[in-house]
Amino acid sequence: MRELWNLFALFFKIGLFTFGGGYAMLPLLKAELVNKRRFVSEQELLDLYSIGQCTPGIIAINVATFIGYQQKGVCGAVMTTLGMVLPSLIIIVLIASVLQNFADNRYVAYAFAGIRICVAALIADVIFDLARKNIKGFLNVFVFMGALALLIMFNLSAVWIVIVSGIFALLVNEIGRRKK
Amino acid sequence: MIYLLLLFEFFKIGLFAIGGGLVTVPFLFDLAEKYDWFTASELTDMIAISESTPGPIGVNMATFAGFKSAGIMGAIVATFGLVLPSVIIIIWVARLMQKYSGNARTHAILEGIRPAVLALILFAGLQVARIALNGSLEILMFAALLSMMRLWKQSPVLYLGLAAVLGIALKL
Repeated sequence: MRELWNLFALFFKIGLFTFGGGYAMLPLLKAELVNKRRFVSEQELLDLYSIGQCTPGIIAINVATFIGYQQKGVCGAVMTTLGMVLPSLIIIVLIASVLQNFADNRYVAYAFAGIRICVAALIADVIFDLARKNIKGFLNVFVFMGALALLIMFNLSAVWIVIVSGIFALLVNEIGRRKK
Repeated sequence: MIYLLLLFEFFKIGLFAIGGGLVTVPFLFDLAEKYDWFTASELTDMIAISESTPGPIGVNMATFAGFKSAGIMGAIVATFGLVLPSVIIIIWVARLMQKYSGNARTHAILEGIRPAVLALILFAGLQVARIALNGSLEILMFAALLSMMRLWKQSPVLYLGLAAVLGIALKL
């Protein structure tokens, strides 16, 4: 019971401090799940994003559900998802019903301009950490640069990036085996 | 019965919107056209507010659209509909993953995808940066925050709070 409550509280916090899409959530997930609680490794966290990216539903929820299930089965999955969406529900209902001019408020706009800069910095910070352990060797660099080029030049959908790199990894793996 | 309809429509969005929260936007515009729940221009405002409030954008937009359509119950039903496909499918996928976690091929594929996921994260960061870093003061603040993060590994929450205060103090 207590662990379920902790999972709920943890994802409530993550939901509350996620500003933006699912990728803006990654620095928080890494700080809480990898560094502080050691629920998953950095590698597993990236794998969750690969899976969350190509399964139906928005990434933030997919990742939350996955971690909840890993920790405490179906009940855990329900608790993390509930924790993740509850801050949104409360805040949006408040804004929609009483704080209708919330987004037009000058100070709110200033604060959010600051927060967006921080989100960009947090993502940069996480990339430095993750790149060191996950981009090793020529093939990794090739996949990273290739994916980035496809994204920037052709605005290819993220789902395709994951699928294409997965097929590439499978082929490389098969060729490697044949050689042995 | 608007609640059932909301549940059905948002379940569909949860099922067919694959990826980040913004992929739900075209689906929401379809809803604006199909029903008289909210107009396209109201939806544009909702998207702007969802981007600048806590919580993942996709969830915020579903909650907002649900609230506009049918009040608090509408918000709850729409959010429930949005996450239900994720919960069902991810639990199924997680079971599969546990079964194949020892498989060398699965391992090789996941490992090979990681650099591509990093590219996706960098691309998401670049898009945020393009909007956020629109002046020299902003770039300076970005550099200062990033250096602090590299030097002192503090909680992201602390930096977010600091950045909000700085944003107000500097009138960004």
